[in-house]
Amino acid sequence: MSGISPPARRFDLGSALLTLLTIIAALIWFFPVYWGIVTSLRYDDQTVKDFALIPMDPTLKNYIFDIENSNLPIWYLNSTIVSVGVTFLVVFMGATTGFAISQLNFPGRKALWWMILASFMVPVSALIVNHFIIIADMKLLNTHIGIILPMLIAPVTVIVYKQFFDGLPKEFREAAVMDGAKEYQLFFRVFLPMNWGVTTALAIITFIGAWNSFLWPFLAAQDEMMMTVTVGITAVQDTFGVAYGRVLAGAVLAGLPVATAYLLFQRRVTQAITLSAGIKG
Amino acid sequence: MLRNRRTEIITALVFIAPFLAIYLWLFIWPTAQMIELSFQKAPLIGTGKWVGFDNYIRMFKDATFRIAVKNTAYFVLLTVVPGTVVALAIALMVSRLRGRLQSLILAAFFLPYVLPVTVVYVIWDWMTNVQFGMVQGLITLIAGEPVNIWRTVDWFMPGVAVLTIWWTNGFSILLFLAGLRNIPAELYEAAQLDGATRRQMFFRITFPLLWPVTVLCLTIQLILQLKIFDQVYLFAQGGQTRATMVLVQYIYEQAFQKNAGGYSATIALALFVIVLVFSLLQFQVLRVRRPE
Repeated sequence: MSGISPPARRFDLGSALLTLLTIIAALIWFFPVYWGIVTSLRYDDQTVKDFALIPMDPTLKNYIFDIENSNLPIWYLNSTIVSVGVTFLVVFMGATTGFAISQLNFPGRKALWWMILASFMVPVSALIVNHFIIIADMKLLNTHIGIILPMLIAPVTVIVYKQFFDGLPKEFREAAVMDGAKEYQLFFRVFLPMNWGVTTALAIITFIGAWNSFLWPFLAAQDEMMMTVTVGITAVQDTFGVAYGRVLAGAVLAGLPVATAYLLFQRRVTQAITLSAGIKG
Repeated sequence: MLRNRRTEIITALVFIAPFLAIYLWLFIWPTAQMIELSFQKAPLIGTGKWVGFDNYIRMFKDATFRIAVKNTAYFVLLTVVPGTVVALAIALMVSRLRGRLQSLILAAFFLPYVLPVTVVYVIWDWMTNVQFGMVQGLITLIAGEPVNIWRTVDWFMPGVAVLTIWWTNGFSILLFLAGLRNIPAELYEAAQLDGATRRQMFFRITFPLLWPVTVLCLTIQLILQLKIFDQVYLFAQGGQTRATMVLVQYIYEQAFQKNAGGYSATIALALFVIVLVFSLLQFQVLRVRRPE
C-alpha cells in the first residue's frame, strides 16, 4: 500500500499530530477486541473486579473450561467441514462457470451472464423460509450438506472470474487449441494456474464468509451437535449465564481462525474485496 | 472445425452444469415458491390453502409489519451515510501513513470486519454491560446514568447502528483506500505548484475523484443494511422484541415461531421488492463502472 496520498511533505507539526491522532483512533477502534481477549484471560471472580488494561495474572482456565464443558470441539469440526466445503465448491463452480462464460461459445451464454448479474438484486435472506422448506423436504436439516447447500449461491465469484479471464488475450486460448489442447485441459493447466492469486483471494474471503455466516446455519442446525461454532457460542452464553470470561473465551476461539486468515493474507483479502466490488485495486 | 465447435459446447455445458443446477434449485425455484406461498395460508411445513391476496391485505394492516419497516428504515438511516463518512475519514487518515505503520493501523480498523457476528455480539454485550461495561462511562456522560442499552427502546437501534458501523466499516475503508490510490499523484503535485491549500486539494481533487467510490459504498451499504437481522436478533433475545423488530426478523418470527409459512413469504416478498428497487439503483451505478 503506497503512493496513495499527496506527495510526501517535509516534517511538520500538523502532520505529526494527525499521525498521532490516527494511532489513537486505531487503538480506540481496536479496544473492544482487545478488551474481550483480556477479559477472557482473567479468573472468573476477577472479570468483574479487575479492570487493569493489562492482565497481571493471565490464565487459560476459561478456555480449558469451554473446551471440556461445551460442544465447542464438535462445533469447531462442523464449522471446518462446512466452511471448507463451501469454499471449495464456490470457488470451483465460480472458476468453471466464469471460464465458460468468458472463453467458450455456447448457446445461452449471454442469457446466463445476465441472469447472474441480475441475481445480485435478490436478497438471499428473503429466501430463508423456502430454503428451509426445500432442505427439510430433502431430510437434510441438521446435516453438513444441508447447511452447505444454500450457502453455495455466490454470483460474485463467477463475475470476478469471468472478468479476470476476459482480461486475458483471446489469441492465447486459440493458440493452445491449435496445438491440440482440449478445452478442459486448457482450464486446468493454463487458465486456473495463471490466476492462482485471484483464486487464493476468493477462497480466503469465501472461507471467512462461510465461517461467519449466522442466519442459515442457525436455522438449519437446531441440533446442538450439528451447530457451527459461530452459532454455538451463543449457546455457551445461555448455559454459562453471566460468566463473561468463559463466554469471551468461546468468542475468541470462534474468531481465531478468521482473524488469523486475515492477518496472514491481508493483501489477498484486500484484493478480494476490491475485486468483488468491481474496483481495480 | 465443426467437431471442435461441438466439443466446445459440451465442455461449456459440463463447466456450467454444477453452478446452473445449484442456481436453479436453490435460487430460482425458492424464489418462485416464495411468490406462490405468499398467496397461501400455509404452515411452515405442509400444504397450504390458496387465499388470494389475504396475506397482502393483512400485511398492509399489520402494525408490527409497519414497525418492522420503520425500524429497518431507521437502521438504514443510522448506518449508511454515517458509516460511509466514518469510513472515508479513516481511509484518509490511513492513506497518509506508510509501510509497516500503515498496515498495522489498517489491520486495527479492518479486523472487526472478519469477525463472526456472534463474536461481535459477545464483545459488545460485555462492553455495554450496565454494571461493568467499559462504555458505560461514556453513556453516563450522555444520559447522566448507566443505561441498559439492549433493554431500552430508544437506545437499542442507535446502539446496534454504532456497533454495526464498527463491525462492517472495514469493507468501505478498503474501497476508499483503493479509490484514493487510483488518484494520480501528479494532480496533487500540480495543485501544490499552483499554491493550493490542503482543504482546496481535498474538495477540488480528492473528493470529486472519490465520488464514484462513495456512491458505490453507499449503495452496497444500503442493500446490506436493509437485510439487517443477526445483530438485532442477538441483542433483543430474551427481551421485548416487538418494539425493535426489523423486516428479516419478522420473516423469521412468522415462519419459525408462529408457523405462518404463507404470511412470512408475503413479508419476504415485500423485502424482496424493496431490495430489488434499491438494487436497480445500484446496478445503474455498477454498470457505469463495470462495462460488459
